[in-house]
Amino acid sequence: MKTLEKPVQQHQKPTGKDGGSFIKSLVRNQIFIPIAALLILVIFNLVADPSFFAITLSQNSAGYPILSGNLINILDNASELVILAIGMTLVTSASGGQDISVGAAIALSGSVVLRVLCGTESRPETLQAPIIVAFLVCCLVAMIFGAFNGALVAYFKIQPMVATLILFTAGRSIAAWINNNELPIISEASFGYFGNFIPGIPVPTPIFIAVLCMIIIALVLRFTKLGLFTQSVGINSESSRLNGINPEFIKFITYVILGLCVAIAGFIKVSRFSTINYSVVAKDIEMDAILAVALGGNALSGGKFNMAASVLGAYVIQFLTTTLFKFNVISSALPAYKAVVVIILVVLSAPIVRDKIAAVRKKLSAPRTAVKEANR
Amino acid sequence: MQEEVVLRLEGICKEFPGVKALQDVEFTLRKGEIHALMGENGAGKSTLIKVLTGVYQKDGGNIFLSGKPVAIRSTQDAQNAGISTVYQEITLCPNLSVAENMFIGRTKSIFTNWKKMNEEAKKLLGSLDIPAKPNQQLGSCSIAVQQMVAIARAVDMDCKVLILDEPTSSLDEQEVEKLFKLMLDLKKRGVGIIFVTHFLDQVYAVCDKITVLRDGRFEGEYDAAELPKVELVSKMLGKDLNALSDMEKPAAVSDEENGGAPVFEASGLESTAGIAPFDFNIRKGEVNGFTGLLGSGRSESVRAIYGADKVLGGTVKMDGREVKIKKPLDAMKLGISYLPEDRKRDGIVGDLSVKENIILALQVMKGMFHPISRADAAKFADEYIKLLEIKTASPDTPIKSLSGGNQQKVILARWLLANPVYLILDEPTRGIDVGTKLEIQKLVLKLASEGRSVTFISSEIDEMLNVCSRLIVMRDRKAVGELSGSDLNQNKIMETIAGGEKVHENA
Amino acid sequence: MKIKKILGTVLSLAIAASMFSACGAKPDSDSGETTAAADGGAPAASTSGELIKVGIINNDPNESGYRTANDKDMKDTFTEANGYKASFAYSLKNDEQIAAAQKFVQDEVDYLLISAAGTSGWDSVLKDAQAAGIKVILFDRTIDADDSLYEASIVSDMAQEGQTAVDWLISQNLSEYKIVHIQGVMGGAPQIGRTGALEAQVAANDNWSFVTQQTAEWNAETAQQIVQSVIDSGESFNVVYAENDDMAKGAVAALDKANISHGVGKDVIIMGFDCNKWALEELLAGNWNYDGQCNPFQASYIHDIIQNLEKGTAPSEKVIIMEEQGFDATKITKEDIEKYGI
Repeated sequence: MKTLEKPVQQHQKPTGKDGGSFIKSLVRNQIFIPIAALLILVIFNLVADPSFFAITLSQNSAGYPILSGNLINILDNASELVILAIGMTLVTSASGGQDISVGAAIALSGSVVLRVLCGTESRPETLQAPIIVAFLVCCLVAMIFGAFNGALVAYFKIQPMVATLILFTAGRSIAAWINNNELPIISEASFGYFGNFIPGIPVPTPIFIAVLCMIIIALVLRFTKLGLFTQSVGINSESSRLNGINPEFIKFITYVILGLCVAIAGFIKVSRFSTINYSVVAKDIEMDAILAVALGGNALSGGKFNMAASVLGAYVIQFLTTTLFKFNVISSALPAYKAVVVIILVVLSAPIVRDKIAAVRKKLSAPRTAVKEANR
Repeated sequence: MQEEVVLRLEGICKEFPGVKALQDVEFTLRKGEIHALMGENGAGKSTLIKVLTGVYQKDGGNIFLSGKPVAIRSTQDAQNAGISTVYQEITLCPNLSVAENMFIGRTKSIFTNWKKMNEEAKKLLGSLDIPAKPNQQLGSCSIAVQQMVAIARAVDMDCKVLILDEPTSSLDEQEVEKLFKLMLDLKKRGVGIIFVTHFLDQVYAVCDKITVLRDGRFEGEYDAAELPKVELVSKMLGKDLNALSDMEKPAAVSDEENGGAPVFEASGLESTAGIAPFDFNIRKGEVNGFTGLLGSGRSESVRAIYGADKVLGGTVKMDGREVKIKKPLDAMKLGISYLPEDRKRDGIVGDLSVKENIILALQVMKGMFHPISRADAAKFADEYIKLLEIKTASPDTPIKSLSGGNQQKVILARWLLANPVYLILDEPTRGIDVGTKLEIQKLVLKLASEGRSVTFISSEIDEMLNVCSRLIVMRDRKAVGELSGSDLNQNKIMETIAGGEKVHENA
Repeated sequence: MKIKKILGTVLSLAIAASMFSACGAKPDSDSGETTAAADGGAPAASTSGELIKVGIINNDPNESGYRTANDKDMKDTFTEANGYKASFAYSLKNDEQIAAAQKFVQDEVDYLLISAAGTSGWDSVLKDAQAAGIKVILFDRTIDADDSLYEASIVSDMAQEGQTAVDWLISQNLSEYKIVHIQGVMGGAPQIGRTGALEAQVAANDNWSFVTQQTAEWNAETAQQIVQSVIDSGESFNVVYAENDDMAKGAVAALDKANISHGVGKDVIIMGFDCNKWALEELLAGNWNYDGQCNPFQASYIHDIIQNLEKGTAPSEKVIIMEEQGFDATKITKEDIEKYGI
């Protein structure tokens, strides 16, 4: 096609050196919203009480050194949500819907861990199985339930929210049934390491687990084309099929991956207190996980996603929760505060609003640029 | 002739990130005029239409309706101002009746007088000679009739300016005729019509004036009667047409030179799309094609070859060896590529970048766990953007923001990158400007000369004759004939399509 | 296309809603069948010798250890051996419970036993029951309805529970009470009762104050986060008043992490409610100081009332308050744990 010499406009990449266009591209970038939200929260806390950010090295009651402070708590407590947000992002991207059963599935996988480690006793002196076995069984069960959701969505073409509603309603009951309605407690101290501290290491273990999950998903996205395939299926399933992708399988596998995330999150949850309460553990976490995806600027209708933005979104949610605890908001008003903040964030993250922001910025900076150019 | 100007655009500018889509464009439409808006892909036709209909906000310039400046900020504004648009894709509700579609969203009261509505619809359909019944479900009408209903709706809304955006691209010739008759009717009533199309012949059949855009700029306004076709094309391309004259003598590749087993051979192939079992083969370096009217089963045939629809029966051989093609990936791994007919639905992955769209097929063939490195992906993308002259702000621009023709080139790039031995191109030139059409035809012949086999499908018989050395003619989902050599001429094809009836010499 | 989409959404919402109610208020399957069989017979009131049909509406037994114990107690009491045909429906949602009650009325049970999730909205269904000659007995939770609509109400007096706990706290004679108050889900009777007494006491005494007062929604982890937040802000406190055992456990985890001593004779007094076995063991070990009982064993009270009603004797009091006590870590015994632990 070299015969026709047309003026070709290509490769007009934003140069990046120009400050204005850098900020513009940042505003347009998906990750802008969670970063901006985080900044707002940080500034708010800095102004209100700088000691919010203090981190101290102290000892816990067992005499081991630990780091404590709000920042550590945020990182620690956000771990499960971050791990779920990873899986939820993939599910959202591929199937254009969300899995609302993750909270119930956490109760379920946690219950499996208890069952394997405690056997039929409710308070055994010794573990009935190695911890790793419990973890693997828990992964397997959670992935099977993920596969169940995935099969309903991918092969039976049921809307994700309806498909996962089944487990959402039944999950916690199944969790209770697995342990005959008992709430076993694990007395083995080493089991608690995964949800608390490993003696001698001052950083909470869940932070390491969450970071590990982030690294793994980063590597997966870097060294496989899971991301490309998932997005492709989410954007145009028929087109993907004609390009040789198996859209059903991709959708299915994202639910299985989410199942694995659920297992890890559930395992941390059990480890935190060496037991769980089926009815309240990880309550409403599915909504937080979906919110994390949305805060990351990812379309809940599927398609393109930005994993880092989702993860950041999860941290923003925990940051907000901790901030609200810190400022001792009246209990009955807590949901209202959270709702207001969430509304603002979600509205801000809507593309239409971001375009408006960019347009306003452009208008503001236009005279300045003109002056700059005139000076040249 | 009294020239009452209905619509005047002056100095219209529109910019997208990285691309100046419209620069200082003007346009004038008079009462009772059919005015063609011409230009290559990316020339700014669609953008101009979208500015006019309030889909986009213009960055500069003025719009005058009957001499008065108007501000159009939304599609609603445009409608209220009397500007109606009928798009290529039908935007009505197929599951409502014809009458309902004509009046939906327009009645002011919450109650509908069904009887009255149906009567009015009947009157209007009758006066415009549209062959549809008011209470018929719209989805059961042909695409052409659906389009006419859309036009009738627009007309009844008292529009002064009617925009027809590529209305003929999915119509067969008879349907086009009917549409033209309707357009001429409306012209008599004093409606100004803006006609956007790629078909040069159609422009000359109905239009009074032609405005040409090139690269987002206004090239000129001409009387159709005074602008020869060749000159129009050269205005659109902005150069003399040596390239075009080359194409008028196509160098067809004959298949007889290539002996041995066919590259691809199917017998009794049958799919869920409901085509009769058919036999088919293609040799190395051959370009052949399926022809027939729209809906004759030509697309379904190639889809069966590629495994895009579920294959029900038949045997398939490649290079003489029997193979199984159950799904697209099987075909891809055997070196078959398929450029689908419906670019938007089956081709592009809209939100992904040009680069990702280009590497997609190759990546799928390599598998999820063997990613193409970023450097390679960038290299491939650059290479094909240059080779096919794809107009894009950058390789990272989402493909959906490209114009139709450039999207098509990206998809073509995707399949060329997959390095196929056998390439199936289903309507690769639909909705594409003349210049690119020729380039694609040339490319097809070049691929054939490199020893690849190509199956080419197009609604334009001229184009088929330019590139194909053998044509399989389809009618009513059945292969009814095969033409090659001296039989390859327009009349013979028409005859075969029509089922043996002689075609009048002036056809 | 748009219309199709909207229809699809509406349809799926409808399905979702129906699934919610279906799965939420699931009647116990075994007893459901027996009820259906009994329906076939004459709808006459039961006579002696026949089994007494009872419909039991309870909160989800998975909600807490308390509820599990309560449900087990009910199931152990209302057996065929004791002369009952029992049907169960569980839900944590008031509207689902009311729907289940309506179903039991239609099924013409003899007695309707209700542990209501919420206090309002019960009037009409109770009137229906009365019209159908069904006797209603409330247990565990009261409702806002005229007391002529039910025969008896066997409840824990949550306010009394709170008062008992506060009285115990007063008896500790601290010079200053700086309290971390962790509340349950706002608006429920246990939260209101257990909060009320404490708030009154704090309001009336200058040396009593709240360091923080927030809801952890019965969740151990949230409680831990709240207490952590208090510790991180450097405020000192000497009492943790958690409205259930789980939340007390969460608070203790935060204290352990910050190396703040707690329990008998230590820096921080730990108070919980519900008397889970494991919680009472913490008391026995001296890690906690107080646990308030919330007696889940109402079944025997109900059984007595029904037997009397069958003989024609109405209970002398409409509201029957169960005996409940608070346990002090310094006085608790192993026998107490066995007897009162749930």
